[in-house]
Amino acid sequence: MNTQSTFLERTTDSRHLKTPTSGALQKEARETGGGLLTGAEIFIRSLEAEGVEIVFGYPGGAVIGIYDTMHRLNPTFKHVLVRHEQGGTHAAEGYAKSTGKVGTVLVTSGPGATNCVTGIADAYMDSIPMVVFTGQVPTKLIGNDAFQECDTIGVTRSITKHSFLVRDVRELASTIKKAYYIAGTGRPGPVVVDLPKDVLMASAPFHYPTSVAIRGYSFAQKGNMQQIRLAAEMIKESQKPLFYVGGGTITSGAAEILTRIARRINVPVTTTLHGLGSFPENDPLSVGMLGMHGTWFANKAVQNTDLLIAVGARFDDRVTGKIEAWAPHAKIIHMDIDPACISKNVPANCPILGDVKLVLEQLEPLLEPKDTTAWLAQIDVWKVECPMDFKRDGKLRPQEIIRALRDKTGGHATVVTDVGQNQMWGAQFFTYIHPRTHITSGGLGTMGFSLPAAMGVAFGQKGGGLPVISINGDGGVLMNIQELGVAAAHKLPLKVVILNNSYLGMVRQWQELFHEERYSHTDLSSTNPNFVQLAEAFGCVGLRCERPEDIQSTIDAAWEVTDRPVVMEFKVIMEEKVFPMVPSGASTDDMITASAEDIN
Amino acid sequence: MLTSQQIFRKQMAGESLHPDGTDTLQRHVVTVLVENTLGALNRVANLFSQRGFELESVSVGEAKDQTLRRMTLVTTGNDRMIGQVLRQLNSLIDTIEVEDVTHFDHIERELCLVQVRCPASERQVLISVVDIFRATVVNITPDSLTFEVTGPPAKINAFIGMMRGYDVLEVARSGRVAMRRELAFEH
Repeated sequence: MNTQSTFLERTTDSRHLKTPTSGALQKEARETGGGLLTGAEIFIRSLEAEGVEIVFGYPGGAVIGIYDTMHRLNPTFKHVLVRHEQGGTHAAEGYAKSTGKVGTVLVTSGPGATNCVTGIADAYMDSIPMVVFTGQVPTKLIGNDAFQECDTIGVTRSITKHSFLVRDVRELASTIKKAYYIAGTGRPGPVVVDLPKDVLMASAPFHYPTSVAIRGYSFAQKGNMQQIRLAAEMIKESQKPLFYVGGGTITSGAAEILTRIARRINVPVTTTLHGLGSFPENDPLSVGMLGMHGTWFANKAVQNTDLLIAVGARFDDRVTGKIEAWAPHAKIIHMDIDPACISKNVPANCPILGDVKLVLEQLEPLLEPKDTTAWLAQIDVWKVECPMDFKRDGKLRPQEIIRALRDKTGGHATVVTDVGQNQMWGAQFFTYIHPRTHITSGGLGTMGFSLPAAMGVAFGQKGGGLPVISINGDGGVLMNIQELGVAAAHKLPLKVVILNNSYLGMVRQWQELFHEERYSHTDLSSTNPNFVQLAEAFGCVGLRCERPEDIQSTIDAAWEVTDRPVVMEFKVIMEEKVFPMVPSGASTDDMITASAEDIN
Repeated sequence: MLTSQQIFRKQMAGESLHPDGTDTLQRHVVTVLVENTLGALNRVANLFSQRGFELESVSVGEAKDQTLRRMTLVTTGNDRMIGQVLRQLNSLIDTIEVEDVTHFDHIERELCLVQVRCPASERQVLISVVDIFRATVVNITPDSLTFEVTGPPAKINAFIGMMRGYDVLEVARSGRVAMRRELAFEH
């Protein structure tokens, strides 16, 4: 079998598509004597050939044939029955982000597909490789308002990298191959494959292609050498350079080389929310996260730098704030794999289109150690001026809990945060050391992401790996709480943290700061459940902590449990806010910080 | 006061340097070769609404290669916006070739049908007017005439302008089709 097909050579380390060599496949070929397979059988064999390890799914009428075939064939991949399709998509995202492989979801038509929409949009915004197979009514009934019919391709068109409706069983295997190829290469993203029921029942010979040719699809590899030489020259000439590192660096597998380069040329590094982990935050060159809730010193560095070296970052509005006032003195080198990202929001002086790992490899030999002593000393002054800290007054504050989790694990854990205040505290007060250990819904900001995504991370570890910590608020955790049952059934030792302030904290924070304390519909106290009882009802361990002095013992108790999820409810104070903060649409220079008396 | 970098960025984006100045918006003609499927046309059209791009006109037809279709799109924006339109179009998997022909020597044509109320007594006068545009009569009834006219969009605009003096019943424009001119005799 030719495993050296052209497309395999074009993919990078973390995005390998598996070669079709499963034993079950060869056995099947013997059994059928090269005869016909049903669409459902082709589906199963294609996933095996693709090297799929795990499928998150939920059966229904349109895909019942696939589930029946799965039952008969006992495929090489594991199927996890989730309890809501949205949970399945987030689990696939968590799996994909932590392993670098393509996540797989299988759902039925109509509501099965529409329940996936949020997860697909989330994966699209955060460039997560995922293939979602949706059942569809028989081709003859399409457009007829049949039972559980939905124009899935139409609904998902603007939130997918690409989508396919398979109308002919003979095209099924090659379509699946294309779907995984498109999802996992270039700038990754979600691909939807819509499978009409009659296609799954029809028969065709099975042949899984080893290579893919799509004439309208290509992606950048190495960068233009002339541009890279220009970048090296700009770095050499700059006095106050700053790396601005985004999630693309992790996707590309470039964290290691970036770290090596930054240390060799003495250039400080700030990361975006998705860039956390691409450069060790315990390194003196790290200035932490930038942006709306970034560190004071990272944002000061951005506003004063004369050269921003953007690596796999997209100049998101939560990073830049008021764009005209952002990084006003900086020339910009922008490395990215997506041409549509370069100069989208801020025109770059030196755009470099390419896979950032390959571009950094090209750039490295052209760089020489720089003397940035004065610049680093200035940053150190800012670090002392306004460090990341919180008040210690005997009240239970979320920051202290995140710090305790960091100290418990030494930063060697995969942290999956939800959306809102918990997400920002999780980003600010944990110390990220390794790539792929910080997972969150950044672009879409999907509440309810953390719990199922953490489950996906744990499944991807297959029993080994770092502890998986899911950080939630009391709002978001209820949005996909049903997946707790799945995590318990599979004995996943998740550490589920609920920072319960009885409010939609981030909205409350905005209401306090910008809407004259009119707390419109953000009080959750009357609708919150008893989280400890809820955890136990799902077969998990439930723990509650109400005082700062109990944080450590609660965490210690949670770490004793290894055969099921532990839910730790921390009754934190509602008044705590996330600082620093650049108000939405304001200039980064107008950053609000916690006042000194608030901290000391 | 803008820093030199801020001035550079605004100039690169085609934006005004003055706070109350207007952007330098320009009309662009973009030709796109796409896969000959309904999904492909949908995706191209959808991209414009999804990304908030202007879309003035679209025309689609089969290309030389039967498996492809050629679309001609007319869109408006500053340099940054047009750059985005082109890159986003290119990133669609169904697009094979995307070209902004605006700044190349190119041919643009449009076809237009105009139906005008016209009693028999006025026919000759009206036909003598449309002759100037080399329009042809494609339908006639006792009290109306339908003309067909082709040409660059400016000519079509002028023709429709002239017809406004009469009782226009219906106008149908095809939208532009465009193609780069091959300069075979240029040395």
